[in-house]
Amino acid sequence: MDLLTFARGPALQWSVAIFFLGVLWRLFGVFLLRRKKDYSKPRSTHLWRGAIKGLIVHLWPYKEFRPKVVQSYILGYIFHIGLAIVVFFFVPHILFIKNIIGVGWGGLPNSFIYITGAVTIAALVAMLVKRIANPVTRLLSNFDDYFSWFVTIAPVVTGLMAAAHWGGRYEHVLAVHILSFELLLVWFPFSKLMHTFFFVVSRGTTGALFERRGTSA
Amino acid sequence: MNDINTEHPLDLESKRVSVQKPEKRYDMQGEMPDDKRVQTAMRNFVRDFGYIAATYMESCIHCGACAHACHFHEASGDPRHTPIWKLEPFKQAYKREAGPLAFFYKALNLKHKVTVEELQEWQELIYDTCTMCGRCTLICPMSIDIATLVGMARHGMFQAGLVPHELWAVAERAEREGSPLGATPKVFEDRIEWMGDEHDVEMHVDEDKADVLVTMSSIEIQKYPESMAAMAKVLNHMGLSWTFRTDGYEATNFGMLSGNSAWQKDMSMKMINAAIACGAKLLILPECGHAYGALRWSGANMYGKPLPFEVKHISEFLAEGLQSGQIKVNKVDRSVTYHDPCQVSRRGGATEAPRVVLGALGADLREMKGAGLMNWCCGGGGGVLTIHRADDLRHKMFRIKMEQIEATGAEDVLTACSNCRQNFDDNQEYHHWDKTAHSLLDLVADNLAE
Repeated sequence: MDLLTFARGPALQWSVAIFFLGVLWRLFGVFLLRRKKDYSKPRSTHLWRGAIKGLIVHLWPYKEFRPKVVQSYILGYIFHIGLAIVVFFFVPHILFIKNIIGVGWGGLPNSFIYITGAVTIAALVAMLVKRIANPVTRLLSNFDDYFSWFVTIAPVVTGLMAAAHWGGRYEHVLAVHILSFELLLVWFPFSKLMHTFFFVVSRGTTGALFERRGTSA
Repeated sequence: MNDINTEHPLDLESKRVSVQKPEKRYDMQGEMPDDKRVQTAMRNFVRDFGYIAATYMESCIHCGACAHACHFHEASGDPRHTPIWKLEPFKQAYKREAGPLAFFYKALNLKHKVTVEELQEWQELIYDTCTMCGRCTLICPMSIDIATLVGMARHGMFQAGLVPHELWAVAERAEREGSPLGATPKVFEDRIEWMGDEHDVEMHVDEDKADVLVTMSSIEIQKYPESMAAMAKVLNHMGLSWTFRTDGYEATNFGMLSGNSAWQKDMSMKMINAAIACGAKLLILPECGHAYGALRWSGANMYGKPLPFEVKHISEFLAEGLQSGQIKVNKVDRSVTYHDPCQVSRRGGATEAPRVVLGALGADLREMKGAGLMNWCCGGGGGVLTIHRADDLRHKMFRIKMEQIEATGAEDVLTACSNCRQNFDDNQEYHHWDKTAHSLLDLVADNLAE
């Protein structure tokens, strides 16, 4: 079996399986924990409204905090949206997904995808530099932060290399690209990348708590 | 050379005699092998772990934004004072002992075991440099309620005997005597009588039946006793049936602040039982921040079911009385600014009430930047004011508050927390400032219309 067949075959099946099982395990590991009943008299019982409000309000920093954090928010949005565009709107990716699940959708022009990929890489590099340069984030950072960064940027870099037919035989580079994405899938459930799901739960939980207490947010 | 000398050698080289590395002083209570101390701390931290706390533990992306919201970090510039870093050993304990991947972390030894030395270092971070003001939650892109997690970490630290001595001592005294600052039932009764005579106001103590049970903070009883007279004046003015009770008067809860849940419950249950005993429909909490959180939001959970009476902060009670016309006041011709006690406003939700009160008094309210939700904590809450080791940073931090207040140009500063007031008084003296914070209740009581 050559590398590309391996990447498209057993490696893909295993990594997808680990991804789904891992994510479910970690989510349910938290969801199934004890929920204590709160007997205090609530100011408001529209907890769902508070949860949704919490989700929306925190899309952008409060005015008071903007000077300190708005740069990180902008960089964060650039690479998150960039990743979503590259992953879900590159025509070969859509065909790849359609092959597996049978559903496809319209893609974006290749040149647009390449530029988006390059911008995403730039934003990710800037985030890494900020992380290392700032004494606070440098102190907070551990292996998870750096490795998660690596497995996020690697598929974008190898993808651009494959598209540019650069860095060796196309089949090899493509295989490395697919394997790098599979590494992301395998690492995902064990890492901070789980915030993809947890941010909804966490913001919603606090939003509901604020609503219950009547804290104006 | 005695023990103290070897632990804290004197520095004879500097201009003034001082102790070398005073920051290396860690307090411990009780005898316990190191291993057991760590185990106890971690077990008691994860013991209360439910779905909410676990969600927060799982969500942090190490972005460091919380540092900018924290007055301790803003004053010291020390990255260790980043709010989420204050939980680092506890995050490790969670991942290793309680999280969904605990088996994995343990089997592969991916998170090292927390050591007693680390916990000693973290004593400063968990107690001296967090007022649990909750401002960091607002900047956090994941809205992590770090203040609550710090409260849980304190549960572990208390059981492991790793509490700063002053805080431990006042908590222990509160449990033993019923009040942390020596306001025993006898002292309380004497001081009520004194204030009644001094201000010529009718007092009600230990009534068998009353609609309203009034509680006080020991800081008021001992340091600002006029608050008891003010409370009585307002309630008499409204013609309500009310009482103080010597079996349930102390509203501060050092059990909660120090991290002893059993003591927290004892302290809350005294007030709850007293209110039930006199058939009160309403329990009024005094001008104290954490007392509000302790009874308004945690009291029923200590009781194990909904409370059979209403619980209101004094500012809420005054606002309602003024709105309904039960309280009539003369106009106050002063410009004022209002300092929000974190536990009442940001974490308690009673943000509007004091504004209603000041509006009814006709005062010229000049709000600080970020008043209400975003208000900067004065730096004295969460037990920090009791810890002497924390004084330097607390004084430094207070400059943020002074600048905020000066910028409003208001003549007077008002607040509804006696702990904040005590911190303002202390800082006024330290900084030779011409202002301090005054009581909202006193202002109302002094301006009642006959």
